[in-house]
Amino acid sequence: MAGFDLSGLTASFGGERVIGPLTLKVKEGDQVALVGKSGAGKSTLIRLIHQRVDGQSSLVPQELGLVNALPVFHNVFMGQLDKHATWYNTITLVRPFKQDRKQVLELLDALRMSEKLWIPTASLSGGQRQRVAIARALYRNAPVLLADEPISALDGPMAHHVMQLLRDRFKTSVIALHDVEMAMKYCNRIVGIQNGQVALDEPTDQLAAADIMSLY
Amino acid sequence: MLSYPTVRTSLIFLAIALVGLLFADIAITANNPWRDLGNFFLGVLTPNFFSSEGLLTALLRTVAFAFVGVTVGGVCGFFLALVYRFLPVRVFCAFIRAIHELFWALIFLQFFGFHPLTGVLAIAIPYSGIFAKVYSEILEEADPEPGRLLPPGTGTIAAFLYTRIPDCWVQLRTYTAYRLECGLRSSAILGFVGLPTLGFYLETSFSQGMYSDAGAMLILFYVLIATIPLWVRPKLLPVYIVGAPFFLGDGLPIVWGNVERFFTEDIVPSPLRDGEGLAGLLPWLNELMIEQALPGIWNTVVLTQIALVATGILTLLAFPLISNHFGGPIRRTSGHIFLVIARSTPEYILAYILLQLWGPSMLPAVVALALHNGGIIGHLIGRQTNTIRLRSDAPKGFNRYSWELVPRIYRSFLAFLFYRWEIIMRETAILGILGIYTLGFYVDSAIQSIRFDQAMVLILITAMLNIGVDILGRYIRRKLALQTMPTC
Repeated sequence: MAGFDLSGLTASFGGERVIGPLTLKVKEGDQVALVGKSGAGKSTLIRLIHQRVDGQSSLVPQELGLVNALPVFHNVFMGQLDKHATWYNTITLVRPFKQDRKQVLELLDALRMSEKLWIPTASLSGGQRQRVAIARALYRNAPVLLADEPISALDGPMAHHVMQLLRDRFKTSVIALHDVEMAMKYCNRIVGIQNGQVALDEPTDQLAAADIMSLY
Repeated sequence: MLSYPTVRTSLIFLAIALVGLLFADIAITANNPWRDLGNFFLGVLTPNFFSSEGLLTALLRTVAFAFVGVTVGGVCGFFLALVYRFLPVRVFCAFIRAIHELFWALIFLQFFGFHPLTGVLAIAIPYSGIFAKVYSEILEEADPEPGRLLPPGTGTIAAFLYTRIPDCWVQLRTYTAYRLECGLRSSAILGFVGLPTLGFYLETSFSQGMYSDAGAMLILFYVLIATIPLWVRPKLLPVYIVGAPFFLGDGLPIVWGNVERFFTEDIVPSPLRDGEGLAGLLPWLNELMIEQALPGIWNTVVLTQIALVATGILTLLAFPLISNHFGGPIRRTSGHIFLVIARSTPEYILAYILLQLWGPSMLPAVVALALHNGGIIGHLIGRQTNTIRLRSDAPKGFNRYSWELVPRIYRSFLAFLFYRWEIIMRETAILGILGIYTLGFYVDSAIQSIRFDQAMVLILITAMLNIGVDILGRYIRRKLALQTMPTC
C-alpha cells in the first residue's frame, strides 16, 4: 500500500462535527501539505487517516508521544518493535544490539543529534524531542508518512533540513503545516482545509502563495 | 464556613466521635501509670544492647521475613495488577487485603504451626492485594499515546515493557520501597503471635519488666527504618532477595495432617460437624452474632471513629512542627524526630506499650492509633506546606496557621484522613488481640479456646466491615472531590 483512497471521513467532538464528510485520495508519490487555520481540523484529519490505514504509516503526532523515561535510542527503536521477537525486544531494553545501535545512530546523525543517543528524552529541549519523534517515524520506515506540524519547534535551517530529509525518505506523505512557504517548497500537492472541508486541492506548481492565503 | 461541604463533613465526624466517647471505655486503670511510663522512658534512655544475643537474631529475622514477604507479595501483586480490570480479581484482592497480617498469621499458625511459611504468607497475602490495587492505579496513569503509535503487530509484552513500565517506573519503585518499610513493621509485629521477630523479643522483655532491653529493641528498630535509604540500594537488592529466605530460621516442621484437619474439620461450623444440619446452624450463627460479632463490631466502630478524629486533631497540631513557615531549625529538627518516631512505630507496638503502662481500656488504643497515623499524615502535610509560597507580608504565628496554611492544606488533609480510615479500622480490629474488646479480641478468644469455626466467621465479618468502610471512604472522597496519592 503506498497510496490510499478514503471517503466518508468524519469526526465529531461533543456532538459537533469538526471534519467532513470529506473524501481524500492520495496516490503513490503524492507529497501532500495540509494547510489551513488552526482549529480547521488538520490534526483530526491526520488522526483519522492514521486509523483508516490501520497504522500502516509513520506517524509524527503533534504531542510526539515519546516515553520520557526512556533514552533517545529506545524511543527511536520503538518504530520497529513489530519486526522482532519479544525476547529480542526485551534484551534490547536492557542492552541494545550492535546493528540496531548503528542504524539508530545513523538516523540521529542525519538529524544532527547523534550525541544524544543515551539521554532520556525527558531532559531534551522541545526541538530535540521533536526530532526524536521524527527519527522514530524514519526508523519505522512505513510506505506513508503522516506528520502533524513536525517542524513547529525547530529553528530555520534545521526546519529546512528536516523537511528535506522527510521529502527524500518518504515518497508518499501527508504533512500538516501552518507555514505556507514550507508547504510550497517541500510538497508537490497542497490541500487546504476550512471548517472541516477540503477548500483547495491543487498541485503546488499551479498555485501561488496568495491563493493559499485566502484560507486564512 | 458551614456552607463548605468539607467543614460540614468534618463536624459530622467530630460529633460522631464525641457521641462515641460517651460509650467508649476510656480510662487509666493501672495503679501507678506515671511511674511505669517513667520507668519505660528510663529504659529507652538506658538501652541495653547486650543482654542477650536474641536481639540481633530477632532483628535479622525481622528483615528476612519482611524481604521475603514483600517480594512474594510484590510479584503476585504485579501479575494481579495486569488483570485488575476484571471484577472477580478486584473483589478477590479487596478481600485478601481486608484481612490484617496478624489475622492471616493466626490462621496459618493453626495448621502450619511455627513454620517460616506462616510468617511469609501472613505478609505476602495481604500485600499482594494492596500491591495489585496500587500498581494497577499507577499503570493506568501511564501516558497511552506512545502505545497508540507503535507499529501494528507489536507484541503485547514488548508494548508493555516499552511504553508502560518506563513511564511509571519511578512511581512503582517509590511505592515498593514504601511498602518495604511497611513490611518491616508488619514483620516486627508478627512476633506478638510467636514468630521469631522483634515483637516476640519486645513482649518477652516487657513481661519481665526489662525496660532497658525493650528500649534497645525500639532504638534498633528506628535505626533500621531510618537508615533504609543507606542499606537498601538497587545494586544490593538482588543479594537481599536471594539471601533473605535463608535467614527465616527453621521453625517447626509442617504436619500435613493438621492442614487437612483444619480445612475438613476445624473450620466447619460445629452444628454441621456434629451432624445437626442446617437446623442447628441458625441458632449457632445467631448466638455467635449476638454474643461476639455485634459487641465486637460496635466496639470496633466506636474506637475507629474516635481514633480517626484523634488522628485528625493530632495531624493538625503536628504538621507545623516540620513546616518551614514557623520557628527555627531546632524546633524543626525535634519535630522531625518526633514525627519519624511516631510513624515508624507500628501502632500495635505503641498500643502494646501503652496498654502495659496504663492498663486495659480503649485509651491506649486511641492514643496509639492517633500517634502513628497522625505522624504519617502530619509528615506528609508538613512537607506539603513547604511547597506553599506565602506573600512576603503574610501574617505570622497563629494567624498564619489558621488563615494561610490550614485552608490551603485542608482538602488534602481530609483526603489522607479518609484514605487511612480503612487502615485505622483494620488496626482497631487487630488491637483486640491485646485485650480491647474489638473484633480481634473475639477472634483471638475463639482461637485460644479452639473454636476455629467461630474464629473464621468473625474474621470474615471483620473483612466485610473493612471493605464497607473502604467503599464509604472512597464515596466520601469522591463526593468531596478529594484527590489522594497511594503512598500514604
